[in-house]
Amino acid sequence: MTLSVRQVSKAFGGLQAVSGVSFDLSPGTIYGLIGPNGAGKTTLFNLIGGVVPPDGGSVHFRGQDITGLAPYRVAKLGLSRTHQVVRPLGELTVLDNAMVGACFGRFGRAGADARRRAEEVLEQVGLAAHRDQLAATLNLPEKKRLELARALAADPYLLLLDEVLAGLIHTEVGPMLETLRALAKDGLTILMIEHVMQAIMNVSDQVLVLESGRLIARGTPAEVAADPRVIEAYLGKPELARALLGVGEPKQDQARP
Amino acid sequence: MNGWKRPGTWLTLVSLAAAGLGVCLLGDESLRETAFTMLMYAVLAASLNLFLGFTGYVNFGHIVFFGLGGYTGFYLVSQCDWPLTLAALAGGGVASLLAIGIGLAILRLRGATFALATIGINEAARSFVNNFPAFGGSTGLSLSFSAYARYGGASRALWLTFALLLVSALVLVSASYAIRYSRFGLGLLSIREDEDAAMSLGVAAPRYKTLAYAASAFFPAVVGTLFFFKNGNVEPGDAFRLGTSIEVIVMVMLGGQGTIAGPLLGAIGYERLRGYLLTSALFKNLHLCFAGMVLLLIVLFVPAGAVGAVCRRFPRLRRGLG
Repeated sequence: MTLSVRQVSKAFGGLQAVSGVSFDLSPGTIYGLIGPNGAGKTTLFNLIGGVVPPDGGSVHFRGQDITGLAPYRVAKLGLSRTHQVVRPLGELTVLDNAMVGACFGRFGRAGADARRRAEEVLEQVGLAAHRDQLAATLNLPEKKRLELARALAADPYLLLLDEVLAGLIHTEVGPMLETLRALAKDGLTILMIEHVMQAIMNVSDQVLVLESGRLIARGTPAEVAADPRVIEAYLGKPELARALLGVGEPKQDQARP
Repeated sequence: MNGWKRPGTWLTLVSLAAAGLGVCLLGDESLRETAFTMLMYAVLAASLNLFLGFTGYVNFGHIVFFGLGGYTGFYLVSQCDWPLTLAALAGGGVASLLAIGIGLAILRLRGATFALATIGINEAARSFVNNFPAFGGSTGLSLSFSAYARYGGASRALWLTFALLLVSALVLVSASYAIRYSRFGLGLLSIREDEDAAMSLGVAAPRYKTLAYAASAFFPAVVGTLFFFKNGNVEPGDAFRLGTSIEVIVMVMLGGQGTIAGPLLGAIGYERLRGYLLTSALFKNLHLCFAGMVLLLIVLFVPAGAVGAVCRRFPRLRRGLG
């Protein structure tokens, strides 16, 4: 098991952001994490990654208890993430940004080795042409891709992706999904938050649905789309519910950017 | 990645060595005094840059390490009869250990709160030394003239002090380049850019910041020992001047924080300017106001400093000089 989350909870003041969430992730699988805005998806990522300690429950990564472990220790073990609100290291070059991932990731690469890995991932996400630019000068979609590059450069076992597709123009979504599939095939576990519903239903092996901090459903995309609780959760947003159910679904290449 | 392959590294080191050796060869003592002051500020600025420039944490208490380390070194030379080099290194060691202790406590703070804490540390250190009998309390310590005898007389001792200052400057600049282009340096820079993002990328921020703080504390202590040895005495008032801490920050910002050549140039430039201000009838009591104004203008209009601005204007230079 790559990740085992048991009864994890977190409250911010009076707001119960995540309550009693449990799930397991197996190697080489792509998991979609969906839910309405404010459902606690990003908080769940922060709890897994050690950014905020949970109030209760436990997180085990590859058999090791990582509950409340500092984010840099978690990262070293092979758990990488991207941020929904991009956090580029602005005054460093794109290459240096990717090198931070390679240098402080699972292998703690150094020198030429780190550089090679960084160049490799920049090629993979299509930022190779920008390598000597300062990260601050990239546009938003490019910064989103830089987030992904840095995370990949760390050679993780588990990748937490927080809305990376939102950074891509629609013709790039297909190739990116291919890349993710190929990575999963090589054994990488991916847990991704996404609002591009067609894409996530298309790429995920399993979908987890979070609503008001609770895990309300889990299964294959088809099972989840047919789950009455999920439909109910999305009813406030007819267009999302329709997309989820596959009613009037636009074609893949017209996916919302 | 490798700093030793950059022309800028060698250019900086060679210019510094040539200037220093030039002063030694000319043998002019008043020139040496001027050069000593400049070089001392250059070391203070470049060592502050190891911390402020690389991690982005503003430290108003850099002079604490000059004071406490200098006191320690001077104490060893004057009271325990240690050789100067060993005493300076010991002063540096004590300052670094102290920085680790202080760092573990106050490096949990960020931004303005951290800056305030460093001012507190400076005042606390001054009060401590003022009331510490072994360091002579408020009257300080002085060196008997005979102490210079083992170095072949006062004149030779002063030249030796200058030579040691030059060596420590060269070591510091080399160390700065080595750190800047190492994995450690990349970790520090990523903390400067976004500490939380750096931590989620695997940078052990608390340890890295503390180590940078300790490295930054070593060199002012060495310089402090040399400076007080040259003067022959040390007093709390000279050792813990908050104004000097601020001026050193101005030098780093003026030249370009995070670059290596920047703080050196900033120190030399600012020191020239200060020399002018202190001797002019109009400005002699206002030089700190001037420092404040310069700092304000830099932060507002040239936040990257002189070298940083040039590198930004000509990106190709960044690879060579930055």
